[in-house]
Amino acid sequence: GFGFQGYAPICLGLEDFYIRRLYLRIQDCFGRPISSAPDAWFDVVERYSNDNNKTLKRTTKTSKCLNLGSYNYLGFAAADEYCTPRAIESLKKFAASTCSTRVDGGTTMLHTDLEECVARFVGKPAAVVFGMGYVTNSAILPILMGKGGLIISDSLNHNSIVNGARGSGATIRVFQHNTPSHLETVLREQIAEGQPRTHRPWKKIMVIVEGIYSMEGELCKLPEIVSICKKYKAYVYLDEAHSIGAVGKSGRGVCELLGVDTADVDVMMGTFTKSFGSCGGYIAGSKELVQYLKYTCPAHLYGTAISPPGAQQIISSIKVILGEDGSNRGAQKLARIRENSNFFRSELQKMGFEVLGDNDSPVMPIMLYNPAKIPAFSRECLRQKVAVVTVAFPATPLLLARARICISAAHTKEDLVKALEVISGVGDLVGIKYFPAEPNKQHQEHGTIKLE
Amino acid sequence: MQPAPLFCYFPAVLGTKREEGGIQIEVPRRRVLVPCQELAAAAALSSNCFRRYCLSESGRAELGKRDTYTNRKLGKGFSTMASYGLNMLNSTVNWVTQALDAPSARAVVFGVHIGGHYFVEGLLLVVILFLLSQKSYKPPKRPLSKKEIDELCDDWVPEPLIPSITKEMQYQPPVLESAAGPHVVINGKEVVNFATADYLGLVGHEKVQESCTAALEKYGVGSCGPRGFYGTIDLLPLDVHLDCESRISKFLGTPDSILYSYGLSTMFSAIPCFAKKGDVIVVDEGVHWGIQNGLHLSRSTIVYFKHNDMKSLHDTLENITADNKRAKKLRRYIVVESVYQNSGQIAPLDEIIKLKEKYRFRVFLDESNSFGVLGQSGRGLTEYCGVPVEKIDIITAAMGHALATEGGFCTGSTRVVDHQRLSSSGYVFSASLPPYLATAAITAIDMIEENPDLIKKLKRNISLLLKGLSNVEGLTLTSSPESPIVFLKLEQSTGSTKGDMEVLEEIAERALKEDSVFMVTSKRSILDKCRLPVGIRLFVSAGHTEADLTKASECLKRVSALVLKHRD
Repeated sequence: GFGFQGYAPICLGLEDFYIRRLYLRIQDCFGRPISSAPDAWFDVVERYSNDNNKTLKRTTKTSKCLNLGSYNYLGFAAADEYCTPRAIESLKKFAASTCSTRVDGGTTMLHTDLEECVARFVGKPAAVVFGMGYVTNSAILPILMGKGGLIISDSLNHNSIVNGARGSGATIRVFQHNTPSHLETVLREQIAEGQPRTHRPWKKIMVIVEGIYSMEGELCKLPEIVSICKKYKAYVYLDEAHSIGAVGKSGRGVCELLGVDTADVDVMMGTFTKSFGSCGGYIAGSKELVQYLKYTCPAHLYGTAISPPGAQQIISSIKVILGEDGSNRGAQKLARIRENSNFFRSELQKMGFEVLGDNDSPVMPIMLYNPAKIPAFSRECLRQKVAVVTVAFPATPLLLARARICISAAHTKEDLVKALEVISGVGDLVGIKYFPAEPNKQHQEHGTIKLE
Repeated sequence: MQPAPLFCYFPAVLGTKREEGGIQIEVPRRRVLVPCQELAAAAALSSNCFRRYCLSESGRAELGKRDTYTNRKLGKGFSTMASYGLNMLNSTVNWVTQALDAPSARAVVFGVHIGGHYFVEGLLLVVILFLLSQKSYKPPKRPLSKKEIDELCDDWVPEPLIPSITKEMQYQPPVLESAAGPHVVINGKEVVNFATADYLGLVGHEKVQESCTAALEKYGVGSCGPRGFYGTIDLLPLDVHLDCESRISKFLGTPDSILYSYGLSTMFSAIPCFAKKGDVIVVDEGVHWGIQNGLHLSRSTIVYFKHNDMKSLHDTLENITADNKRAKKLRRYIVVESVYQNSGQIAPLDEIIKLKEKYRFRVFLDESNSFGVLGQSGRGLTEYCGVPVEKIDIITAAMGHALATEGGFCTGSTRVVDHQRLSSSGYVFSASLPPYLATAAITAIDMIEENPDLIKKLKRNISLLLKGLSNVEGLTLTSSPESPIVFLKLEQSTGSTKGDMEVLEEIAERALKEDSVFMVTSKRSILDKCRLPVGIRLFVSAGHTEADLTKASECLKRVSALVLKHRD
């Protein structure tokens, strides 16, 4: 830029080596703009580049593709017959934003209703709602833990948890992903040793895990972890960003699915962006905890209150899930997402793909491993009208690139079958069927049916 | 008799010093005591002669020199103990020599004769290397047994997760029952609202409502994904996210901008992108928590200067540049807010720019409360102070104030903005802004451009209110005359923040209950490092009428006089 002599460069050369050499060349696989609601089928805007992908220009052409990438687990992303009219009503009543923090003039009746609703849904005495899920983690952890505390977090936790833990000033230790025995080892070691250098006993210990890990699709081994934490008197913090509303018989998350009593988990956190089609995050816990947070948490004291139509959307979608709107659409959606996920996962595995994740989880990453296969897979799928999400460094390690599929209750069986065909074809082209396919079983099945 | 090479080497190499009777031989590099004649000879030949002895196969011939040498040194005399020891050693040495020179100890490798001593030399070399590679000696730590760890775990008692609840923690803010415009309904009564930062009165405006409704019907509420994974919504012909960003840049006159989904996360995601460990940041002590958290996460060196004091800033910059001579690779920033949330003061941008250019720092400006407010056309502090917007490196703002929507943006040069698209954690790892809020922002900016009288009205309201509040008993004004946040602090502080807060909260409560004027006190979190005095804040809006403003000033005069008299 002009006149910058004597100034150090604002962006260090080393940081953007990856960006210049690898990322820019496959830039068209990320950040694709869409021009309709992120429903099961949406319009992807076509882009072109004249300078080898350094800049991308949008055209006015769109192509209708199958959406396998948005977090739309229960299908509330597009206009819904029950939720949208109510959201518009609340817009008229309370306007798009309250322009104020919750402690000042930002608490409306909607907000108090919302917090009650969320607490009831999750199964805890009280809840507090914030405007953004990322800020929830970053602002809560410094309040609960300070210097002299210990945070033990799973090695694959989300960036917001890592940021919050760093901001808190507590010591951080990591345990192997989803391995309760290693967690026990770490806990025993740390309690015996005490704080680093002074060896004084720790003030408090908190173990942070996620319900569904977004890059692995795995459920966390919650019953074992909770029992270990009870034994060693550590506090449990559960981040249910992806699992709330998507798993469990009535959609209440990992605790319901794995049979863990919610009273055993001290702090439950979640976001509304995924299953509820809105924005924001919440923390649920005991009444005292919520009161304390409302008094001290910076996100509550300094951040704008959640937008009223967003709040109304959450309330309506919770009502639909619980069946309180008078129909059984909620139960249907939950059953459908479970069936869809299990069907899709088993089919992919039969075809020979390497798919991570547990049964019942709607997130399924397909391993690509080689970073060069990312653009191949992504572009070829898009050409055949299936929009997938590919994940590269830095969200995952450099050589563990993957394509992540998010199943939704809005997908019908035909959509899934088409997607399977396309992915199978592209998988053959790109060469990611790392396991042998199982054609024999299918023939046998057909055989048995015929005989009957 | 053949000398024993083993013993010859030991003292010379390991350098043992034994002085228990016997001869002390002065060797060129070290002093060793050798108990036998042959050893004495070998040691004496050490260092300089050592190598010659090693290299020559018939090195034994060199030992011929020993006699004259030892004879010279032997003037000191023998003791009987020494001679007895010597005899013992002689016999052992003979035995060892014979063992070593046995045929098994000799070998022929590649036509070279290897005598027994080479074998020993090799062994010694191995021993030396092994000892050198060992770490320094540490007393072995006995690890705790399983039972001990169990006991420790049983004994340990953690602190409760939260401290016990006190009375002030049970404060409940008033609950609104209608939209947060200039007039709002609380508990069934209509009150004048000075607690929302709706500076231009756009909350509930028809045009904004219309565009939001259209967006809600088309897109639903949320965007269901981060910007990198199909969360960028682009309504053709009217774009949403990407157009919101270009609309903001066009309005401000900057090359590019980036949209964040929450106002608070804008600052604390933008700062760690550009400042890492080792960089220097000079920041005003009255900045809000979002900036403080960003500074903490960036792990750079932070230096505070006195609130809005240019002299203090000048001195601080002077000190820093004097200290850090090797400042070529260091990035240096000044972080200021245009209108401080904690005190209502306006930063003198032209002076800051002069200082920045003199000392070669970069400026980070947070324009949350001045965007749409200051300047002839609402372009913010740069327009107000007459500074060209290119001189500020990074401008951030939260949109939850004048623009009557949610979210935040960051604007600057293309390089700055592009870097954030990949390394700003609040942008990459978080869902994007809901589309209806982005449309509300676009509509709001359109309205600001089309109706500049909104800004004039706001300025008029501010001056009216300040005139009315010019002689309130017990409260002094700390905010600048043009700031939309009117900040009043206690003239005589009670001595502690807690005491001040009690008095101020009582004033605010009574104002709401008795006079139906809704105003708020400034709240501080326990994590907030700001030490500025707390006070009462009134957010002036262009939607307030003259009657509202007079009502507010009358009310405040009356209530504060009442409360403070009561306290005295």
